[in-house]
Amino acid sequence: MRTILPFGPQHPVLPEPIHLKLVVEEEKVVEALPNLGYVHRGLEKLTDIRDYNQMVNIVERVCGICSCIHALNFCEAVEEMMKIEVPQRAHFLRVMWSEIHRIHSHLLWLGLFADGFGFESLFMQLWRIRERSMDLMEATAGNRVVISTNIVGGVRKDITEEQKTWILAEIDKIEAEVRQVEKTLLSDYTVKSRCCGKGVLTKEQAHQLGAVGPCLRGSGWAQDARMTGYAAYGQLDFEPVVEHDGDSYARCVVRFREVYTSCDLVRQALAKLPGGELAAKFKAKPEGEVWRRVEQPRGELFYYIKGNGSKFLERVRIRTPTFANIPPLLAMLPGCDLADVPVIVLSIDPCISCTER
Amino acid sequence: MFEMTRNVLKNLMGKYSTRLYPFDTREPFERFRGTLDINVEECIFCSTCAKKCPSQCITVDVKNRTWTCDSFACVYCAVCVESCPTQCMSMYPVTKPAAGEKSLIFYQGAAKIKKPKAEKPA
Repeated sequence: MRTILPFGPQHPVLPEPIHLKLVVEEEKVVEALPNLGYVHRGLEKLTDIRDYNQMVNIVERVCGICSCIHALNFCEAVEEMMKIEVPQRAHFLRVMWSEIHRIHSHLLWLGLFADGFGFESLFMQLWRIRERSMDLMEATAGNRVVISTNIVGGVRKDITEEQKTWILAEIDKIEAEVRQVEKTLLSDYTVKSRCCGKGVLTKEQAHQLGAVGPCLRGSGWAQDARMTGYAAYGQLDFEPVVEHDGDSYARCVVRFREVYTSCDLVRQALAKLPGGELAAKFKAKPEGEVWRRVEQPRGELFYYIKGNGSKFLERVRIRTPTFANIPPLLAMLPGCDLADVPVIVLSIDPCISCTER
Repeated sequence: MFEMTRNVLKNLMGKYSTRLYPFDTREPFERFRGTLDINVEECIFCSTCAKKCPSQCITVDVKNRTWTCDSFACVYCAVCVESCPTQCMSMYPVTKPAAGEKSLIFYQGAAKIKKPKAEKPA
């Protein structure tokens, strides 16, 4: 007998509201239908009444977790449109802040994931490590999450030599502490039995359905927008993390290993940090069309911007990674047990406020 | 299975990792943007802050020389502080206390001293 079960918009594992209609046949999911639109805020439309400098602060609020990377993408797009030469120091500082953001986002997700399958103490442990990355942002930029450091033309804040040493020491501590919980999360029998083979997305499916980020890399595709070399990534040594199983466990491993890559990238960026100006001066007004993509913790983030020569942009279109990852999620769910649905839904790292903007 | 044991013991025996907030607060970071304030005596009421503010929480009345900020709409981005031509605004690393009702930060500037007009020769 077929039954339709509502999953969300309010559900203990969901930090944000998404509604899934689960068609269930004897505890097995047959079909899942999503329903979006609970937290639509109309942020793209605000471009009519806020100029492009104010829009930087607005796009930062699209996502509460990867705010810095949204601003980075928007600024890079506007800079490309206005042909502004950004100073090298600003590029490296942007990389540093985005990677600290990635560390905090991945640790947040790993904690939520642990909580999703009922491992409360590991959740606390991971969030405690995450607190170090929050401190890094608060001390260098002035806020814990929405750090507002990117501006069109460069960055607003600089780091001192003492801060540089302190950041490197903290990054070492984060890495050591994450390494301590690695075995617990990745080799534990109970954890594996909850994640291995659950929500499998094959390599072909991942490509056809347009998965992005850890979802795509967990299915064996070595594709990461950081490879395109935006900001200072082109000057840093970087290899995307790839896993081949395509299940929830593989996606978890990708994110876990990406924390190490991010630590490494922060170290590289600080080692190569050049001196000089923080922001370029410019006088142009945005005109023309530009699209740009960067890698967010959740995957590829896409911005399309159209300017008409005035200080107000004509159109800002944002495609967030979760939006691209919903079709793969719908392909993962059929065939799984009802009890595994929370873990599978969490495994794509859903950020619904992002998706609905 | 026993990988967490070391952590568990450390957590049991070690110091608390949390504080009894609000009785025990941490020293804020120097750059932390907590509260916004203005030294109204130096303000020239040019409205730059009001124009630049992304959340449009500042209202400047040039005629009556008043400066108002809705601190509950403020996003603490410090754009106003950086764009102020007289550098009379500042951010302090103090967390804004919780409030029971919404209030505005309101300042009344001193009346503009008119420059005496040059007397026309009779």
